[in-house]
Amino acid sequence: MAETATQVAVEAADAESGRPGPGNVGDRVFNATLWALGIMVLVVAGLIVLNLALVARPLAKEHSLWGFITSSEWNPIEEHYGALPFLYGTLVTSALSIVLAVPIAIGLALFITQFAPPKLGRVLTIPVELLAAIPSVVYGLWGLFVVVPWLRESIEPWLGKHLGFLPLFQGPPIGLGYLASGVILAVMILPTIVSVSVEVMKTTPEANREAALALGATKWEAVMLAVIPYSRAGILGAVLLGLGRALGETMAVTMVIGNAPQISASLFAAGYSLPAVIANEFAEAVSNVHIGALAGLGLILFATTFLLNAGARILVTAVQKGPSRIAG
Amino acid sequence: MNFHSSFRYRKFVDRGMAAVCAIFFALAFVPLTSVLWLVISKGGAGLSWDFFTQLPKPVGEAGGGIGNALVGTLYMVGLACVLGLPLGVGAGIYLAEKGDGTLGNTVRFVAEVLSGVPSIVIGIVAYALVVIPMGHFSALAGGVALAILMIPTVAITTEELVRLVPGALREASLALGVPNWKTSLRVVIRTAMSGIVTACLLAVARAAGETAPLIFTALNNQYWNVDPRAPTASLTVAIYNYAISPYDDWHAKAWTASLVLLIVVGLLNIASRVLTRNRLKGAR
Repeated sequence: MAETATQVAVEAADAESGRPGPGNVGDRVFNATLWALGIMVLVVAGLIVLNLALVARPLAKEHSLWGFITSSEWNPIEEHYGALPFLYGTLVTSALSIVLAVPIAIGLALFITQFAPPKLGRVLTIPVELLAAIPSVVYGLWGLFVVVPWLRESIEPWLGKHLGFLPLFQGPPIGLGYLASGVILAVMILPTIVSVSVEVMKTTPEANREAALALGATKWEAVMLAVIPYSRAGILGAVLLGLGRALGETMAVTMVIGNAPQISASLFAAGYSLPAVIANEFAEAVSNVHIGALAGLGLILFATTFLLNAGARILVTAVQKGPSRIAG
Repeated sequence: MNFHSSFRYRKFVDRGMAAVCAIFFALAFVPLTSVLWLVISKGGAGLSWDFFTQLPKPVGEAGGGIGNALVGTLYMVGLACVLGLPLGVGAGIYLAEKGDGTLGNTVRFVAEVLSGVPSIVIGIVAYALVVIPMGHFSALAGGVALAILMIPTVAITTEELVRLVPGALREASLALGVPNWKTSLRVVIRTAMSGIVTACLLAVARAAGETAPLIFTALNNQYWNVDPRAPTASLTVAIYNYAISPYDDWHAKAWTASLVLLIVVGLLNIASRVLTRNRLKGAR
C-alpha cells in the first residue's frame, strides 16, 4: 500500500517536472499547436477558393460559364465579357515557351548531372538559381527594351522572309506580341524545369548507369538507356511545373504581349493573356460584373495551375520515391 | 559491320550530344549575363543618394528618387512577415515533426500546389479579404497578399531544413528523459534555427520582388506613407510604371530601381546561402 502511494506521488511529481509520456501536458499543448498551424495551410487554401468564387459571383448572374469562355468579345462598357482572346493568348505563349525551353532545360540538366564533373556540376547550378531569383518585373523591363527590339529588327524579319509561307510568321514585325512573350517566358521557366529535372535525374540508381557503361555503352547511350527511362515521369512533372509557371506569369507578359484583346494566327501579332488583363484592368474596374469577370479569369487560372501542379507533384514524388509503375 | 553500329559512329554521337548539352548550358548564360549587365550598366548611372531619399518628381523635372517606394516595399514586406512567417514556419515544423500521417501528407501536398498558384490570383484574394471590406486600396491589403504568398513556400523550405537535423540528437535528448515537446523546441528547432531563418529570408526575397499582387491591393502613392490603411508605393510597381511610360528619363529610373531591387534580392539570397552552409557544417 505504501508502495502505491509512493508511486502516485512520484507520478504527480514527474508530471509537474515534465516527464515524457502520453499524459504530458506540455506535449499535448505542443501537439495541438502544431496541428492547428498545419491545418491553417488548408484553411488558407479554402480562403483562396472561397474569396475567388465570391468576387466572381456577379459574373455568374450575367453569363453562363460556356458563354464566358467561348465568346471572344471583351467590352467592359457594354458589359459583355468573353474570355477567349485571353485563354488563347495564354495557351499560345505558354506552349511557345515550353517548345523553346524544354530541349534546352533537359540538355542543361543532363550536362549538370551526367557530363560535367560532379564538383563543376554543383557550381553550375548557381547561375540557374540566379536566373530563378530575378524578379519578373525586371524580366519585363529587359524584355521591353532588349528582347522586343531584337525580335523586331532581326528575328522577326528573318523568320518572315524564310518561313513567311506559314501563317505563324506572317504580318508586320512589331516586336511586341506572342513571340516576345514566349521567348521571355522560356527564360523564366527554364530554372524551374532544370532544377526539378536535376533532382529527379539524381535519383537514378548509380548501378543502372554503371550496368549500361559496363556493357560497353557510351556516356550518351547510358543516358538514353538508364537515366532517361528512370526519370521520364519526373521530367514530365518538371515540364508541367514550368508550364504552370508560364500560365500564371503576369508582369513580364503584360509588358511585352501588346495587350490587344484579339486572336491572331501569327506569332508576330499583339495579343493578351489571362494574368495580363487582370493586372491591367482590376484596379480600374468599377462595375461589379467587370470585377467579377476578371475574378472569373483568375478562377480559371487558379483551377488550371492547381491541377497542373498537382499532377506534376504526383509525378515527381513518384520518381523520387523509387522505381514505380509510372516510371516504367 | 555497318557505319551506324560502328564504335566510331557511337563515339561521335556521344561527343556530339555532350557538346550539344554544353552549348545549351552556354545558351542559358546569355539571358542571365544580358539582364545582369544591362541592369548594372544602365541602372548604375542613376545611382545617387537622392535616388534613395527623395520623392519622385513629375515628368520633365530632373532628379527625384524612389524613397517612398523603398519604404513602401520594406513596410509591406514587414507586414507580410508579421502575418505570414509565423504561420509558414509553424506549418513547416508541423510537417517536419508530425507530418507523416494522412493529414500531414495532405497539408504538404496542398502547400506544394499552392506555392505554384500565380501571384496575381493571390492579389484577387487579398482584394476580396481587405480592399472590399475597407472600401479602398491599402498597404495592409498588399501585406496580406504577400503574406498568403509566403505561407506555402516558407512551410516547404522550413520542413526540408528542419528534417536535416540528425535523428541521433533527438534520441539523445529523449533518452535523457526530456519530454517530446521540450526536445522539439529546445533541441530540434534550436539546431534548425539557421535553416528556419534561411527559409524566411528566401520568402522575403521573393516577396520583395513581387509586383502582380500589389497593383490592385496597395496600388501606388506619390508620397511617403506608413499608414496601413492608405495606398502605398512599392519598388516593383514603381519599376513597372516607369518602364511602361513613354519617357526616356523614367526608363532610366526603371533601370536604376531594378538595380536596387536586384541588390536587395541578391543580398537576401547570399545571406540565406551563407546561413545554410554554416548550418550544414554544424550538423556534421
